[in-house]
Amino acid sequence: MANPSAVCNGHLHHHHQKQNNLLKSGIYKKNGITKGAKKNGVSNGTVYKKKFVEHFEQAPMYVAVLTFLGFGVGTIFGYLRDFMRAWGLEKRNIAAEREQQKDFVPLYQDFENFYTRNLYMRIRDNWNRPICSVPGPQFDLMERVTDDYNWTFRFTGRIIKNVINMGSYNYLGFAETDVNALKTVTIELQKYGTGICSTRQEMGTLDKHVELEKLVATFLGVEDAMVFGMGFATNSMNIPALVGKGCLILSDELNHTSLVLGARLSGATIRIFKHNNMQSLETLLRDAIIYGQPRSRRAWRKIIILVEGIYSMEGSIVRLPEIVSLKKKYKAYLYLDEAHSIGAVGATGRGVVEYFGMSPDDVDVLMGTFTKSFGAAGGYIAGKKDLVDFLRTHSHSAVYATSMCPPVAEQIIRAMKCLMGLDGTTQGLQRVRQLGKNTRYFRRRLHEMGFIIYGNDDSPVVPLLLYMPGKIGAFARRMLEKNIGVVVVGFPATPITESRARFCVSAAHTREMLDTVLNALDELGDFLHLKYSRYSKSSHPELYEETRLELED
Amino acid sequence: MDIKSMKNYLYWLYCQFELITCSYLMEPWEKVLFYTFNITMLVMMLYTTYIFVPVHISTAFQFFLHLFGNQHENTVSVVK
Repeated sequence: MANPSAVCNGHLHHHHQKQNNLLKSGIYKKNGITKGAKKNGVSNGTVYKKKFVEHFEQAPMYVAVLTFLGFGVGTIFGYLRDFMRAWGLEKRNIAAEREQQKDFVPLYQDFENFYTRNLYMRIRDNWNRPICSVPGPQFDLMERVTDDYNWTFRFTGRIIKNVINMGSYNYLGFAETDVNALKTVTIELQKYGTGICSTRQEMGTLDKHVELEKLVATFLGVEDAMVFGMGFATNSMNIPALVGKGCLILSDELNHTSLVLGARLSGATIRIFKHNNMQSLETLLRDAIIYGQPRSRRAWRKIIILVEGIYSMEGSIVRLPEIVSLKKKYKAYLYLDEAHSIGAVGATGRGVVEYFGMSPDDVDVLMGTFTKSFGAAGGYIAGKKDLVDFLRTHSHSAVYATSMCPPVAEQIIRAMKCLMGLDGTTQGLQRVRQLGKNTRYFRRRLHEMGFIIYGNDDSPVVPLLLYMPGKIGAFARRMLEKNIGVVVVGFPATPITESRARFCVSAAHTREMLDTVLNALDELGDFLHLKYSRYSKSSHPELYEETRLELED
Repeated sequence: MDIKSMKNYLYWLYCQFELITCSYLMEPWEKVLFYTFNITMLVMMLYTTYIFVPVHISTAFQFFLHLFGNQHENTVSVVK
């Protein structure tokens, strides 16, 4: 098949294929919007230029019943253990007040930590595992054992080598120790050292920051950008600068804690719409405009919509075209947090804006982090020059937080130049394509095997549903025995019945590594009985052929 | 060979039971407590079934026969 895409200046020019020309001649223009071939589930008239397929399959009912049964048994035994601890039949390992302060107002609310004490402690060895190498496609783990059922750990001194890494956010594989790749970073480290010892407003703005900000602005196709030292702080410290009392924030149900914290700190009114649900968002927008502020009925000073590019717990991609059309219709602002999607989706890795073929002018505030796809640390906010200039003076992070350190800035510069092709190679584009291939392969195989996977077919975050609390611990431990490191998530971060294992596919994973992981998953899925899907694709292999373009390898 | 696969299957079933009821996470003494409780309940239930169900079934059988006509009354022997 001929390759219709041409690479020019790091931007991919799409040949908009004029398929169905005969059909198109019969399509009329309505309100200036041409209705193209409609896809299922699109109600707004905005055309998604490619298939938008998301899966959120529900497990059979008995799974939910058994999950609750498991939690019930755990709770009963929790009460039993708490009773024994209270009556001195068992040693207390949790924080307690000093003897002299027993009559004071209690410092530690025992019951609040019930879940942590009785359920989390039992499987705690699957989290906070210390690693001792770079978190590339494989890493080394420090072996630790526990003598008292996970209350304390001790290191045996041995190191488990070459554990396949399915948990690190290393989407493009830039977390590497290759000396050639890190040449410029070493030079900058020797030139600047590591400490900045100042904030951006005082003496902490280096020429590296200016260079980086210009590069980020060029990469994203916007007027200006500003970088911060920490990704979480970018969200939580900049949203209060943009909105205040009298403004309205419409935030997605499943937004990240940094967005929630920023929204709460700002003092604006927060309303939540259902996850990725455009009808819910439209209802909220209409109510906000019709009824105004709660008691005075005045118009809202500003209405801002907070969404993320890829939601890391679900693997779903935001419905950007519909949101942009809604925001234009109701005159609201859009804040897009591309923490997981910058570098990971889009034909040249420029995020969800490119993935949907839209222009970055449609989004008012583009935010992202460098932690995930660039192998560094920090975040950025990009948009119009006026916006960024305002943030330079009014954002808490800019005024009080220490700025990004120079070697890290250089790592981002070299990663971005690699992605844009400015270093003279096509390595960046190859990485993006490799990530896309790995993602599609991994998801397809998991669907065929019969697991329940959430999320969009193009997102590199793959949540595999486990449901039962007993299986969380068993899954993580057995995968480690097979030398594969996974991240499992349970109750407070996910709904109580939907605990999951979250895989992050990386461009650095080779086909063999993915096959090893898939075989291990197959075996483990049979042993733990995790294949709940009722729509496994293997019965129709010819219908799910790859139709997208791929480089020959 | 059949015995081996049967044993493997039973072991697998036992593992499923452990995972579903979270007894996989319990310390050994908790497991003992839990299994004792479960087995006691199960044995009591089976004993109750053994004592009461045959009587109830035969009474019900008799009742339905009476309802649908009396011709077979002589052939039914009631176990007291």
